[in-house]
Amino acid sequence: MSLYRTELRRLAKRRFSRWMTVLGLLVLATVMIGVFFSNQKIDASALAKAERQAEQQYQEQVRWSEQERLACERAKTDGTVDPNRFPADCSVITPPPREAIESRWFLPSTFDFRENFGFTLLPFAAILALVGFVVGASFVGAEWSTGGMMNLLLWRPKRLTVLLAKLSALLTGVLAVALPAAVLWFGGFWLVAVYRGSTEKVTSGVWQSFALTGLRGIVLALLMATVGFALASLGRHTAMALGGAIAVMVVGQFGLAILLDMAGVRFAEAWLLPTYAVAWMQKKVTLEDWEACNATFTGECRPATFDVTWQQSSVLLGVGLVVILGAALWAMRRRDIS
Amino acid sequence: MPAVLEIEGLRKTYKSRRRGTRNALDGFDMRVEAGQVHGFLGPNGSGKTTTLRTLLGLIRPNGGRMALLGHEVPAALPTVAGQVGAIVESPQFFPHFSARDTLSLLAGAGDVPATRIDEVLELVGLRDRAGERVKTYSLGMKQRLAVASALLKNPKLLILDEPANGLDPGGIREMRTLMRNLAESGMTVVLSSHILGEIQLICDSVTIISLGRRVAFGPVEQVLAQHSSGAVRVRLEAVTDLPVATEALTGAEIRVTGHPDHLMLTGVDKPATVTRLLAERGLYVSELAPVAVDLESVFLELTATAPVPGQHRQVDQSATVGGAGQPGATGGGWGA
Repeated sequence: MSLYRTELRRLAKRRFSRWMTVLGLLVLATVMIGVFFSNQKIDASALAKAERQAEQQYQEQVRWSEQERLACERAKTDGTVDPNRFPADCSVITPPPREAIESRWFLPSTFDFRENFGFTLLPFAAILALVGFVVGASFVGAEWSTGGMMNLLLWRPKRLTVLLAKLSALLTGVLAVALPAAVLWFGGFWLVAVYRGSTEKVTSGVWQSFALTGLRGIVLALLMATVGFALASLGRHTAMALGGAIAVMVVGQFGLAILLDMAGVRFAEAWLLPTYAVAWMQKKVTLEDWEACNATFTGECRPATFDVTWQQSSVLLGVGLVVILGAALWAMRRRDIS
Repeated sequence: MPAVLEIEGLRKTYKSRRRGTRNALDGFDMRVEAGQVHGFLGPNGSGKTTTLRTLLGLIRPNGGRMALLGHEVPAALPTVAGQVGAIVESPQFFPHFSARDTLSLLAGAGDVPATRIDEVLELVGLRDRAGERVKTYSLGMKQRLAVASALLKNPKLLILDEPANGLDPGGIREMRTLMRNLAESGMTVVLSSHILGEIQLICDSVTIISLGRRVAFGPVEQVLAQHSSGAVRVRLEAVTDLPVATEALTGAEIRVTGHPDHLMLTGVDKPATVTRLLAERGLYVSELAPVAVDLESVFLELTATAPVPGQHRQVDQSATVGGAGQPGATGGGWGA
């Protein structure tokens, strides 16, 4: 227990942990402030203004179609009609029906909590996961590269206990930041909705869905922190984790995506990790193959689809975690420390 | 006296597809008794640090037996670690923490009371600089911090790898005094160092390792005596008498090497023989002195690492026990 408390103190004392956490929280705050200022509350005057703008655009369409119809008839009379510009029958040039131009198109952006909040949980989880990964990698990587781990093992010669105590301290730290951040995120966007949008139709079921998505986001951050920690411990350097992540993203994702695209593989995104991260957060990602046509009874051609569910994601992420963490623990137990 | 540290037949082999197999430790033995300051000597790459790392559980041995404070290690390391303070190789600390933070975190991990931190900072002379970041420290200050970290547990056995490295002359003397004081207080100290003069001054006993094997061990005086050449330097009142003296001594089967102002004799059983032989010829001795060896010359002889003009010795070029053309094993006071 003393080792765990000491590692918590070490994590809190490290400047890199502090600054990365502050940076992550600042980015989250910037997103929230940006959403606040780019949205407005819709009141009667905003609705009336939108109605006026829709009517104005309709009138412009009426004028323009009238001009075009007259130009068409003139060209027919003069015998200089351009078949590429005008139809054979000038009377078909008519304005769109009034209802085709909707007033909601002219409404300013507004934050509907029920409709929009769920989308904000994806960047929330992504930023926390990134901070967790980098802090996790640095926490153990710097210890290895500066000799701190060796010093610690001279004091506590139980390798797995030391590594797991460090990991526990890291996860506690990530949780200690992520939980209050999540509460602030929920509360902050509720206030954004109150002052710059709408909080209508937010039922207990909606809250439950958001809470579960937020929980999955925090689990994703914990998982990424563990992966960063394990990779840096395997390579005994922070750069191992960061380099590994960059290599996976550049070679394993962009490169693979290009290769799959060139090979014409169906549902290529199913081979890419971000798809599973998004599926984990959004419960389901539906991939579409526009090369295939599934005819409906109306004769419509619909693309073939492939669903990636959060359950599939959880299996993939779980297996990945077990393999990487298992390798780090095995290496810690077996390898010489010099 | 009970043994605080025992190593028998320790082996560590590194295998590489490219470089083949290398025996870093090849049946190494070592024994340190309680309350001693013990010097652990060896050329670069001889296996000193590998031995210490293996003993402290950082490296897995391929064979042999080790015990610390009467407990078999590495199995009992968690039990004895609280009584063993160690620094291995150069001092390494997280550069952005202060010395106090560094010691505080170690004390926390080892359940050592926080009051001990100020005691060790005072002891190593870092009290007034304890709040500064380690990255601003000189090598000598880092070395002091390393010693402080090893002393933090108030250990029964202190293992220090090159503790005087980077210290100024005053610091070296302070470290020497500290080691002696610690030994007098009952702590056993194992020192690995290349400053052989220091080792000779402060150590009660030594172990010399070369190419992963012990080549000498025992009390310092005993090791020196065993490698003393038995040479005697003779000066006469008149330098012009040296040829006559040479003739007289050679006739008595004493090997004589002439020098402009003195003679060097070897194969002398008793110095009195020399005075008697010369007195018989009417020659009077102004100096008759046995030539003492120091630890450095013994070390260079045993490890075959003395510099040879025109040659560039490579790291692994040193002697091992029983090697062809190399010095034989040196017996010590502990048998085995």
